[in-house]
Amino acid sequence: MERSVIIAGFGGQGVLLAGKILAQAGMDHGLEVTWLPSYGPEMRGGTANCTVVLSDAPVGSPIVDEPDALIVLNRPSLEKFEATVAKGGIIIVNASLIDRKVGRKDVAAHYVPINDIALKLGDARVVNMVALGAYLRAADTVPLDAVKRAMAKALEDSGKGKFVPMNDKALDGGYGAVS
Amino acid sequence: MALRQLLRGNEAIAEAAIRAGCMCYFAYPITPQAELLEHMARNMPRLGRTFIQAESEVAAISMVYGAASAGVRTMTSSSSPGISLKQEGISYLAGSNLPSVIVNVVRGGPGLGNIAPSQCDYFQATKGGGHGDYHMIVLGPSTVPEAAQLTTLAFDLADLYRTPVMILADGLLGQMLEPVELPEPIDPASLPRKEWAATGAAGRDPNIILSFDLGPDNLKRMNEALQAKYREIRKREIRYEESDVADADLVIAAYGSTARIAKSALQMARAEGLKVGLFRPITLWPFPYDALRAVADHVDTVLTVEMSAGQMWEDVRLAVAERAKTPFYGEMGGVVPTPRSILNEVRKDAR
Amino acid sequence: MPVDVARMTKVFERPKSLTEARYTYCPGCHHGVITRIIGQTIDELGIAERTVGIAPVGCSVFAYLWYRCDAVQVAHGRASAVATGIKRARPDLVVFSYQGDGDFASIGTAESLHAANRGENITVIFVNNQIYGMTGGEMAPTTLVHQKTTTTPDGRDPATCGYPIRFSEIIATLDAPVYVTRQALYDTRRIQDCTKAVKKAFQNQVDGKGYSLVEILSTCPTNWRMSPTQANEHVANVVTQVFPLGDLVDRG
Repeated sequence: MERSVIIAGFGGQGVLLAGKILAQAGMDHGLEVTWLPSYGPEMRGGTANCTVVLSDAPVGSPIVDEPDALIVLNRPSLEKFEATVAKGGIIIVNASLIDRKVGRKDVAAHYVPINDIALKLGDARVVNMVALGAYLRAADTVPLDAVKRAMAKALEDSGKGKFVPMNDKALDGGYGAVS
Repeated sequence: MALRQLLRGNEAIAEAAIRAGCMCYFAYPITPQAELLEHMARNMPRLGRTFIQAESEVAAISMVYGAASAGVRTMTSSSSPGISLKQEGISYLAGSNLPSVIVNVVRGGPGLGNIAPSQCDYFQATKGGGHGDYHMIVLGPSTVPEAAQLTTLAFDLADLYRTPVMILADGLLGQMLEPVELPEPIDPASLPRKEWAATGAAGRDPNIILSFDLGPDNLKRMNEALQAKYREIRKREIRYEESDVADADLVIAAYGSTARIAKSALQMARAEGLKVGLFRPITLWPFPYDALRAVADHVDTVLTVEMSAGQMWEDVRLAVAERAKTPFYGEMGGVVPTPRSILNEVRKDAR
Repeated sequence: MPVDVARMTKVFERPKSLTEARYTYCPGCHHGVITRIIGQTIDELGIAERTVGIAPVGCSVFAYLWYRCDAVQVAHGRASAVATGIKRARPDLVVFSYQGDGDFASIGTAESLHAANRGENITVIFVNNQIYGMTGGEMAPTTLVHQKTTTTPDGRDPATCGYPIRFSEIIATLDAPVYVTRQALYDTRRIQDCTKAVKKAFQNQVDGKGYSLVEILSTCPTNWRMSPTQANEHVANVVTQVFPLGDLVDRG
């Protein structure tokens, strides 16, 4: 079984980190994984996306034509990637910033007020973890606990251990927002 | 079992180099290989080893020349435009028989091009980008773990044959994360002494490192010695991977990142009932001509897929030598083929 | 009167650090004198067994033939970068580069300047004869204004070719170098001074003090189209007006 997800948004929304944490959790969970970023001069403010592939067999292409899931944190990302999602796939839409519905009828769209949830938790910077939590609930690829552990390690390794509880709540917040 | 770590291609190469006993690393920043440089900057001084951010790629490769002359394992890395600058030094390294490792995380060209993945430096790497009759061993990793393995191999081959070895990666491989089990670090002091190195003429005649001889007959002999070495390398060091080739009607020939993308296309094609295989050169120089020719003998088509206008394609056609059809599918400028785009070509050619 | 050889005392001989290979230099050229000074220095410091010399491109391309020590022949202009690589790989070695003006101050500008700026613990011998000798007498970065060369047949015109570069003065502006000096060889006094300077530049390295540069004003009678005597007078009277002698930096 191979599952892929594209996470896209503005640069600075933490989409690359969300993807890394998912990939790390997938690896810790015993899966083969790849994480491929869009890279370039858009350090801040531009658009950023990454592709994560999770598989029980060695991953061939880290680039996917039809991701099984799409997480979009802003509207340009929805415009860009909506059509690519595989039939029967999942789209997590940041309803706080995206004021339209998904046009496709052959995918499962989940409208999550990601920014509102993050702000309610007290920190807009955790939108990426809210989004990831929502994806985990909808896609069921990697256990929430594995992701929490990977998140905690990623933050602790970069000296940001004090933000772990907040990000933990953000993952829960996103996870709980999808039925 | 060794620890599985999630590493970027650039970091995996850097860490594998450290574990292979690289004592001196010199480079200049350029995207998309900056993480390699930064990993070395963080870790080499901590280990009492040399890291220098050189004033230019020309200087960096010249420092490699110096460190290699002094008999230690040494490496530089860059991306396409920077590798162009290193060509002078690479020619000298080859001419002076100096073991060294050069990493090219290839980006779109020509000129400033862009920073996206590409395979447009194949000619430069395999046919000799600098002056003179020389070759480097060129290794084309396809995954992050393989990039680490081939880095270890690169240092061993460099020492064994006293030659520069290039790791020809690309921006995709450099930037992506994948689980890696790194090799155990070796103790650099345990490596065999290089009796030819310039380490001080104590109790022996002076060692002279040079690529120079004004006498045509002497320089001819130096060249013949190089060519003899290359024949030896061709005989012993050719590496490649075949997947699903036995019953194939069509074989995709691809290396590096493109080959792993082609593997996904292969699975999709097989699911449609198309008999497709993959031939992946791992040594790009020496190129596995004979092995590919043997494949060509029992397939209808060898489809070359590259992120270039068709550079390895020339070697594929030399190998196939009219034994099979040799169509080509390439993307340029940093556009990366996808599994589906390769599948579409396969469908066209599998008819 | 017959000479009694047995009763003679040897007062002068070839330094032990020099080989018996014949110089390829033209008569009257100072490269031979400089080579001897370096050999004598290596002898006096007793460092032949741990010295690595770097031979450049130019008339001194064969420098690896003259010294009884390990040597590395390198690409044009890159000697200071190669010296960096050797010295960082093996800090116990004594590394000197021998570079002409084209090598050091033109094609190797970046490598020369940055090795100095990093304060590499190496010794650089910079031979300034204001001309490209090996390739046939073309303009060097140090060629004097109005000096005729094969590429400035009407004399160096500053309007199109700029002025002679005082590269040692540029290096002297840096914080790292411990010793930067300009010497000459046009008479015995200068040869003695130069010998002291070269020894100091090597001693600094042995003592771990850092980067030392000795620029030596040299002659090229062949391409200057002068006799050796005229060439010496030219250095004394003309060249030193543009390239003044003396220490520029001495933090030793």
